Amino acid sequence: MEKHRRQYRGIPLILLLLLVVVTLLSIRYGAVQISVNEIFSSLRKYFTTPGTMTLNERIFMEIRLPRAILCLLVGASLAVGGVLMQALFRNPIVEPGLVGTSSGAAFGAALYFVMGATFKFNAGEWTLPFAACAGGILSTSLVFTLSQSKQTGKSSIVALLLTGIAINALFMSGVGFLSYIARDPQARSITFWNLGTLSGANWHSVIIIGISTVMCIAVALKYSKHLNALMIGEEEAGYLGINIKRLKLIVLLINVIMVAVATAFVGVISFIGLIVPHLLRILHGSDNRSLIRNGVLMGGILLSSADLTARMLLKPAELPIGIVTSVIGVPVFIILLRKKNYFF
Amino acid sequence: MLSAKNITYKVGGKTLLDNISVDFEEGNLNLIIGPNGAGKSTLIKIICSQIKPESGAVHYAGKNIAATSLSELAQIRSVLSQNIELAFPLTVKEVVMMGRYPHYDGKPGQKDEAACQEAMDFFDVSAMADRNYMTLSGGEKQRVHFARVIAQIWCPVTGSNRYLILDEPLTFLDVHYQFDFMHKITTLLKSKDIVVIGVVHDLNLAARFADKIILLNNGKLLASGNKNEVLTKENITTAYRLEPVIHREKEKMYLFFG
Repeated sequence: MEKHRRQYRGIPLILLLLLVVVTLLSIRYGAVQISVNEIFSSLRKYFTTPGTMTLNERIFMEIRLPRAILCLLVGASLAVGGVLMQALFRNPIVEPGLVGTSSGAAFGAALYFVMGATFKFNAGEWTLPFAACAGGILSTSLVFTLSQSKQTGKSSIVALLLTGIAINALFMSGVGFLSYIARDPQARSITFWNLGTLSGANWHSVIIIGISTVMCIAVALKYSKHLNALMIGEEEAGYLGINIKRLKLIVLLINVIMVAVATAFVGVISFIGLIVPHLLRILHGSDNRSLIRNGVLMGGILLSSADLTARMLLKPAELPIGIVTSVIGVPVFIILLRKKNYFF
Repeated sequence: MLSAKNITYKVGGKTLLDNISVDFEEGNLNLIIGPNGAGKSTLIKIICSQIKPESGAVHYAGKNIAATSLSELAQIRSVLSQNIELAFPLTVKEVVMMGRYPHYDGKPGQKDEAACQEAMDFFDVSAMADRNYMTLSGGEKQRVHFARVIAQIWCPVTGSNRYLILDEPLTFLDVHYQFDFMHKITTLLKSKDIVVIGVVHDLNLAARFADKIILLNNGKLLASGNKNEVLTKENITTAYRLEPVIHREKEKMYLFFG
């Protein structure tokens, strides 16, 4: 055990190092290359004399840096969302994108862009995340209830995935319809919702996603022991003193909030929530506390690298990030699917 | 003492348990036996408050279970259910440590580490502490869960008895480990504050180890008491529709069929 412990202790450090490296790379490289000097000078000027900033310095401060931070936050949200959903459904092939959360959130956000003006409801800059959460809650609870067997009240993984496909199709065609009738340029772009992009990153989105991510992950960590107990079954977790209904509700809620708020600003990005927990389980086992902690780091690493790839591959044009995550994610999904002992 | 009073439970018009009252004393090995469909598992589920009875109540040391919180119960009572399947790979030690979850927040304390280790020693699973649970054989998995439920109630609780409820614990074990397990439970019972309630199918094991046998049939309590009171030719013939040959040797009692 001691030997294992020592090995595990190194993992967060290595991840942290990788995270720093990837973030530095993604800050420097893109359509325009920014030198280290410019990075320092722009940071200094931003707080003292913002009027004298050069174009490169402004690109760094207003585009590159918020985008890099957004990558870390969204990556963390999606990865932890995946950990939570997998623990809840007791199955390693579940992720927020598969159970409808992302598409519902995209629909809610698109609805706000297109019809927002006609509704009375307005919560200022929180209206968009709120609309996305409402959509995410609606779609996720639809998948949850519809996939439950009438006899046993439990959902088989097959029923869950099939229901997820149907609800995803429904909400994405809703998004398609809204894009079709939309005037707002962001809502018009169906590829934005379908494949995701971080090109819209700014400090406003960083702050809102930052608040939801930090709060939700703090709650998730608090319940990590409870989620561990769930691994041996709901009944058994109950015998360990855990209120299962309450746990499910809380975990589902924080997952939806985290993923929906992120989706509202960056569109649907699939497979991060699937790949990260899988890789981490190979590295250090299934303890949910470690999965959440290291998932924050690894989610950031993966999404930043994917974003960097998306920006560099067809430079100066930009690929939607969902294409990159799918190219990596689909093989992992297929591998998991073919592992028999993970199923049924 | 754990007592179930006037328990009745119905599903879809069918009476699964009909006005059953039993007391389970501390320091005793209480074994519930009966044919398939007699209501053994249902009774266990009601005792564990997994399901609510139509009428009647279960009391832990005089306290109604319906008025006790899950976390309170988890401190003093552990339950081993049938067919536990793990969703993700965990080490044996991680599984056993789950038994200590009700006793700590955040990280396990020294007491929890000790209880976990001693429980693993007690059931001979220490050697596989770092192994992946999913790669174990059925019998090994069962022993890991023994260690887990024992770890949960390893330390005496001041002001309360401890309760251990076992739903068909012997299913995956060979004869050696069946006896081994029963001997170990008997050892545990030497600390007089533990109430053990188990469901078993093997009548000879019940005859050999039980202090009190509860025989259920068709949702009714057919007989309860020591082996001589319960395991009579008449009772067994009624319950199992098979006439036994009962052989006695000094204190011991053996049942044969066929």
